[in-house]
Amino acid sequence: MPHRYFVWLCLLPLAVLTVAFFLLPMARLVVTGAEGPQGLAGYLAILVEPRYRATLINTVLLAAATTVVTLVVATVAGMFLQRHRFPGRAVLIAMLTFPLAFPGVVVGFLIILLAGRQGLIGDLSNRMFGEKLVFAYSIFGLFLGYLYFSIPRVILTIMAAVQKLDVGLEEAARSLGAGPWAVQRDVVLPALGPAFVASGAIAFATAMGAFGTAFTLATNIDVLPMLIYTEFTLAANFATSAALSVGLGIIAWAILALARSFSGSTVAAAG
Amino acid sequence: MSVPAGHGASVRIETCGKTFADGTRALEPATLDIARGETLVLLGPSGCGKTTMLRIIAGLELPDAGGRVLFDDNDMTSVPIERRNVGMVFQSYALFPNMSVADNIGYGLKIRGMARQERAARVAELVALTNISGLENRRVDQLSGGQRQRVALARAVAIRPGILLLDEPLTALDAALRDRLRGELNRLLRSLGITTIYVTHDQSEAMELGDRIVVMQKGTIAQIGTPREIYFKPKNRFVAEFIGAANIIEAPVENGDLVLPGGRQPIGGEASQTTAVAMIRPETIRIVEEGAAPLSGTIDSVSFVGDRQRMLVSGASDKVLTVDAPNTVKAQAGERIGLLIAAEVVRLLPPENRG
Repeated sequence: MPHRYFVWLCLLPLAVLTVAFFLLPMARLVVTGAEGPQGLAGYLAILVEPRYRATLINTVLLAAATTVVTLVVATVAGMFLQRHRFPGRAVLIAMLTFPLAFPGVVVGFLIILLAGRQGLIGDLSNRMFGEKLVFAYSIFGLFLGYLYFSIPRVILTIMAAVQKLDVGLEEAARSLGAGPWAVQRDVVLPALGPAFVASGAIAFATAMGAFGTAFTLATNIDVLPMLIYTEFTLAANFATSAALSVGLGIIAWAILALARSFSGSTVAAAG
Repeated sequence: MSVPAGHGASVRIETCGKTFADGTRALEPATLDIARGETLVLLGPSGCGKTTMLRIIAGLELPDAGGRVLFDDNDMTSVPIERRNVGMVFQSYALFPNMSVADNIGYGLKIRGMARQERAARVAELVALTNISGLENRRVDQLSGGQRQRVALARAVAIRPGILLLDEPLTALDAALRDRLRGELNRLLRSLGITTIYVTHDQSEAMELGDRIVVMQKGTIAQIGTPREIYFKPKNRFVAEFIGAANIIEAPVENGDLVLPGGRQPIGGEASQTTAVAMIRPETIRIVEEGAAPLSGTIDSVSFVGDRQRMLVSGASDKVLTVDAPNTVKAQAGERIGLLIAAEVVRLLPPENRG
């Protein structure tokens, strides 16, 4: 058998899998989105219908806030952990990356334990001020949950990037008169730029699509994955849920594509 | 250049040692004075402590307790590098990849709050001085090694530092470029007249650039002196062998003569000593006919390298002697020859400390 045919033959399983489990369902999803009573306008409804639009905006804002805060916290922590050696450092890093092992439902559960009706914070505030502070089921609880699973991923990326920083660059900037803040602003942060873009894009896409945590916590608020779930299972509104799914996919994909064109490196989408 | 000759600060380091956190002693306490406007070269093999000393002067390392660094008699020991007004060129050049060539050169001026126009003028001045015209708007990764070296130098000099510190600035370049830039660097340093401390492991770089050379060995200063002193009057075997080629002969002495297998070689030492360690530079040995000199031997090999020929001669001493003869001398391997060595060129070294 000629070599060329053999290569094509090897690609066959991949092609079959791609078509059967990826392209076909995707195509079907897009078609379904346009099969509702409004037809193609069903897609427009995502943006026009107040409830859908509010959810969409909520979700994007929540994901954006999560990304920004995660980047700030993870950069400060990652830089410190990479640059300093102290007893217990390895344990601390292991603990910080521990949430990677938890599914979203468990993260949601942890937030309830912390800030739910019987939660730790509520207990404490009740004893101190006579008022129960409960925010687990608000957007703030969701935000906290998202932070909890975003930070470990980003910290690891930042730490790897900090390790690769040329210390000589910082020393050179200092020799030219730059103080600690100027060194961060002019040398360190620009050098970490690609890492910010890459890990930030993943954090954003993950927060956009996170379901487990939202399912556990989002009783008072709607985020996009929850909306899709309710439209699909409870309202049996296939067309709308398909349209919303396509919308969610496009936003997350666009952010990743944007990040990729900025950093030029490979940014993998995360579930 | 608008900079007057001989400007810059004088440097004094006092009993500066350095022990790293893991207990490694990188530098034994050393004291060193560097005059205003002088070019001092710290020379030694890797791990000798030369870079550590440079970093202590720069303010990137703190000396062990008891050590002091003074610029113009001001104690700078606890002053961080950003307030020492030193220009530094790193071995890796450490150019900022997120800035253009011009922004790199102007960075120190920007930090100092110099107005944009004034800054541009100063950058243009340095671009001309370091021969990098036309590259101002390039990104750093579009530059060749030699161009990066020039940008790094321009950036360090732009801030009119009191002291210029160079850490192996030519090591990353290939040999031909290194030789050319060495000459250029030498002219530049002379014209700037700034106090310069230059770290290298390359003895020819040290010879050409240094007003004085500090030869370092295992964290200690082995010898301080002008290039000529270091070359002709090394204080010990390490310096003799590190700087240029050297024949080191250890032999008994009788009546002021070294007693060697190939004859007797007069030396300028005291008549009373019974053994000596002598250093003879290869180019100070003259090849003559056998019998025309007190010392004789057999040529093992002749390598013609153009401007001279290097011969290995056995039988004269216990060890094979290296001789650099003019390229006009006709001699072949296997030939018996005489070796004429003037007593003045034999440098006696202190006996080796074996233990």
